Amino acid sequence: MTTAEQEIAPIATGRRLGTHWTHLVLFVAVALAALVTGLGGIGGTAPADPLLPLSGWLSIVLDWFSGSFRGLFRIMSALLAWPIEQFREGLHWLPWPTLLVIAAAIGYLAGGTRLALFCGATFAYIVIAGLWEPTAVTLALIAVAVPFSAALALALGIASYRWPVMWRVLQPVLDLMQTIPTLAYLLPILVLFGIGPMVAVVASLIYAIPPMVRAVVHGLHRVPQDIVESGQMSGSNRNQLLAWVLVPSAMPTILLGLNQTIMAGLSMVVIASMVGGVSDIGIEVFQTMKQAKFGRSIMAGLVIALLAMAMDRVTRGFAERSRHGFLACDISKTALIGFAGAIAASLAAAMVFADLRNYSESWVVRPAPLLDAALEWFTINAYPVTSAIKTYMTYFVLLPLKSGLHSAMRPNIWGIEMSPAFTFVYIVAAAGGCLALAFAARQRVLAIGLGVLAIYYYLGTVGTPWTFTVVVVTLVGWFAGGWRVALVALGGMLFILFSGNWERAMISLELTAVGVALSVLLGSGIGIWAALNDRVSAIVRPICDTLQTMPIFVFLIPAVMVFLVGEFTALFAIMLYAIVPPIRYGELGIRSVPHDLIEAARMMGVKRRQMIWQVQLPLALPEIALGINQTVMMALAMVVIASLVGAPGLGQDVLIALSQGKSGHGLVAGLCIAALAIVFDRIIQAWSAGRKRALGLN
Amino acid sequence: MSNTPRISCRHVWKVFGASAAAELEKAREVASDDVGAVAEALRRRGCVAAACDVSFDVYPGEIFVIMGLSGSGKSTVVRCLSRLVEPTAGEVLIDGENILNLSEAKLVELRRHRMGMVFQNFGLMPHMTVLENVAYPLRVQGIGRSERFARARETVELVGLSGREDSYPSELSGGMQQRVGIARSLAVKPDVWFLDEPFSALDPLIRRQMQDEFLRLQALLRKSILFITHDFMEALRLADRIAIMRDGQFVQVGTAADLVLNPADSYVADFTSDVPRGKIVTAANIMEPAEGVGAKDSISGDVTLDDLLQRFRGGREALAVTDGKGAVIGRVTLDGALEALCRGSR
Repeated sequence: MTTAEQEIAPIATGRRLGTHWTHLVLFVAVALAALVTGLGGIGGTAPADPLLPLSGWLSIVLDWFSGSFRGLFRIMSALLAWPIEQFREGLHWLPWPTLLVIAAAIGYLAGGTRLALFCGATFAYIVIAGLWEPTAVTLALIAVAVPFSAALALALGIASYRWPVMWRVLQPVLDLMQTIPTLAYLLPILVLFGIGPMVAVVASLIYAIPPMVRAVVHGLHRVPQDIVESGQMSGSNRNQLLAWVLVPSAMPTILLGLNQTIMAGLSMVVIASMVGGVSDIGIEVFQTMKQAKFGRSIMAGLVIALLAMAMDRVTRGFAERSRHGFLACDISKTALIGFAGAIAASLAAAMVFADLRNYSESWVVRPAPLLDAALEWFTINAYPVTSAIKTYMTYFVLLPLKSGLHSAMRPNIWGIEMSPAFTFVYIVAAAGGCLALAFAARQRVLAIGLGVLAIYYYLGTVGTPWTFTVVVVTLVGWFAGGWRVALVALGGMLFILFSGNWERAMISLELTAVGVALSVLLGSGIGIWAALNDRVSAIVRPICDTLQTMPIFVFLIPAVMVFLVGEFTALFAIMLYAIVPPIRYGELGIRSVPHDLIEAARMMGVKRRQMIWQVQLPLALPEIALGINQTVMMALAMVVIASLVGAPGLGQDVLIALSQGKSGHGLVAGLCIAALAIVFDRIIQAWSAGRKRALGLN
Repeated sequence: MSNTPRISCRHVWKVFGASAAAELEKAREVASDDVGAVAEALRRRGCVAAACDVSFDVYPGEIFVIMGLSGSGKSTVVRCLSRLVEPTAGEVLIDGENILNLSEAKLVELRRHRMGMVFQNFGLMPHMTVLENVAYPLRVQGIGRSERFARARETVELVGLSGREDSYPSELSGGMQQRVGIARSLAVKPDVWFLDEPFSALDPLIRRQMQDEFLRLQALLRKSILFITHDFMEALRLADRIAIMRDGQFVQVGTAADLVLNPADSYVADFTSDVPRGKIVTAANIMEPAEGVGAKDSISGDVTLDDLLQRFRGGREALAVTDGKGAVIGRVTLDGALEALCRGSR
């Protein structure tokens, strides 16, 4: 923080680190006290057994619930399985040329010729790769899951708008639905609904509803006041106002929510099918990945990615077109007639030629062996580099931060051994660095950050006494957003502690933190570069768009391909998955700096470097911080998925619970992840809001 | 204009804050009739008094303009009258009936048949065409498609937008959008017409055109109008009577000439200081009792000051003022005319 910022009186009630030195001294004192007492043995080691037998209770409740209502749920399962099966049969029955034309037609309606070509090409790829069968299953699942989710979300959203109390109650539930990893609640769903497509549908329902509910509520609230008032003054009663004025005005936002729901649905359907026993495209990816048949894995992953991109662009296209109040902007009648004709023709042709009905096996192109060979060549040649990266990251970053410096200091890698002398030097260096930052550079926040980092680096997140961690997180929450956020932070941490999952949570936290740090550093850098250089921006944007639509699953493939199974692989996957928000927000933050400020600075003779570091970056920080928020959420989601490829921590817990049928256990581990997510989400949002207010930005 | 007011506002208060009604009660106990003191007491309790003890009447066929700067409470007052915002205290009478007591269903009926409102930012539904927008108040009444579209077409023609019925608001300029807003508010042929800064969002040239349009419509339709603006020149052009508002209270109510000639305080005087007095003030406003001035040196009472001054050339010192029928009702002197012209320009 510069001196100028320190002079600005905070308007928000949340404390800001560095505003009063007394607060900082308090922070340091309490934290050190917790550290010392913890090391001394009081409250040092986290309870390994849960203080509250939460998982036991949950298991009992779940067992009772599933036992009593099993019949009902099985009936629901059968009822919903029927339309899924019908849809799949329908897709199977239609000849592939017809489907190709239909895909292109949908693309055309949503986005003109370009999108038509894209959709057509996507379908063609799926068929040529011989992957239509499993893809049809996935599509059938989505075709049932999404309308359900959308209808439910719309109803919930409208109800929340109408009754604000309901919204207050619903919001934490939605938070929970979005932050508990799907794998954690897959098992109870499986127990309730039995093996079958229902698991995927219900799981995706839970994950996919929150974005759309939020979009509906947000959209309804953002309808301009004068439209609402004019609707009222025209004499609309409440229902007319809602149906004829509010919802249509909010439609563009609602459709964007629908877009997110569809994307979330696709993501979850792919994961959940693993458990549900349906052989869809997700299973194809997963199984081939486990068998190290990466060529086939890439092919299947590409299907998911292309499918995601197509669905994303189609729904966005429809959303954009609804904004102007009419769907048909550049749709020509001839094109529509052309499509209809093509459909009829293809149906007729299929009756005559068998090959036009079922895509012949001999026409399938299988480049998998080629890909495998190419991949092998790459891995072998890149091995020195990849191996080096893996080793250095593991021994210099991951291991110390997890288990402490003493476990990571191998002479052959570090060059020296752990000794009291080293410890002494370390403490002196760390303390010196902190003091220098605090007093010489007047960066008090950074000084404290360095101190905390030094402690964790030396002791590891697992080795640090839990008292210290709890105290630090709570105090950070208090500084960011007052006692409310501090309470959330404390509550979350204590929940994890009492559930007996502390150590594993710390491991997950460490992995997430490093992943987030890497994503943010790399991503912000790219984003800022893109903001300052339009050409870079033009290249980066479509890449980000593509990455953002791909389901989480797909990111495992490149990670495993290059680094095989292990902790670093998980880190790499997290970094890849979570890098898009920092890029976007980095660019957005810099570009949103008010233009008059830039001009004013230029007139004062500020040079380019100074402009970036002294004007643009500080003002862009709140926006970038919002990006960090999303990055953390995405990283936590990935941490669980990554346990499939060897990431230690809470994810492993979930997987083990899944395989051993301990549904309560898995759910509790999932709740711990959700707790971490919610705590950090609140802290970051509060800090960002406070900074924005203090800087007087919108 | 007849003498029973169409719209009556009696001691209306609007207080924003927690338990506003209770706070107002308490404040009134403490400070009783001193409105300023009550407002101050409320402010100290963390409430905001947006409208303080507002009382006025609007007569049938009259254009009543409420004028004030941002934050003066004028938008709050018009919203209290239409119950888009519920007043904390007081009464609002439309044709003698207190609308604050109406149930929601009755209020909806009132809005469907007897009220029309035009908004500063137009308030057009982006997803409906011009025709659909104008027909919307008829649609909510349950009127069938062909009938409501037919009636809407008439109103669209009235505001001069024939031919644009199938356009969407996003395709229209600001002036055209506001015409749609005006048409929509007139579709139900309301008795009472509210306009909340309808032309403030338009360019100055368009604003003038729209003001002319508005006067033309009023000459045709003779509605009872409550018009809100922050532009004193606009108020002068359009108003039959003007109320100047500040910090939630009415500072002065009167005709333009009243405000110009007899400002209640320095605030009003500031507003009126730039007014071209010569165009506003008439002979009838500045006349003194008639004393023996010949009928041949006479002018009508509604001659403006500018024109009046011309008549003094050639050395005349006084003129008789006559009413519409030619009877002498007073006289004006050159001194008196010059004083009225120059007052306030020190």
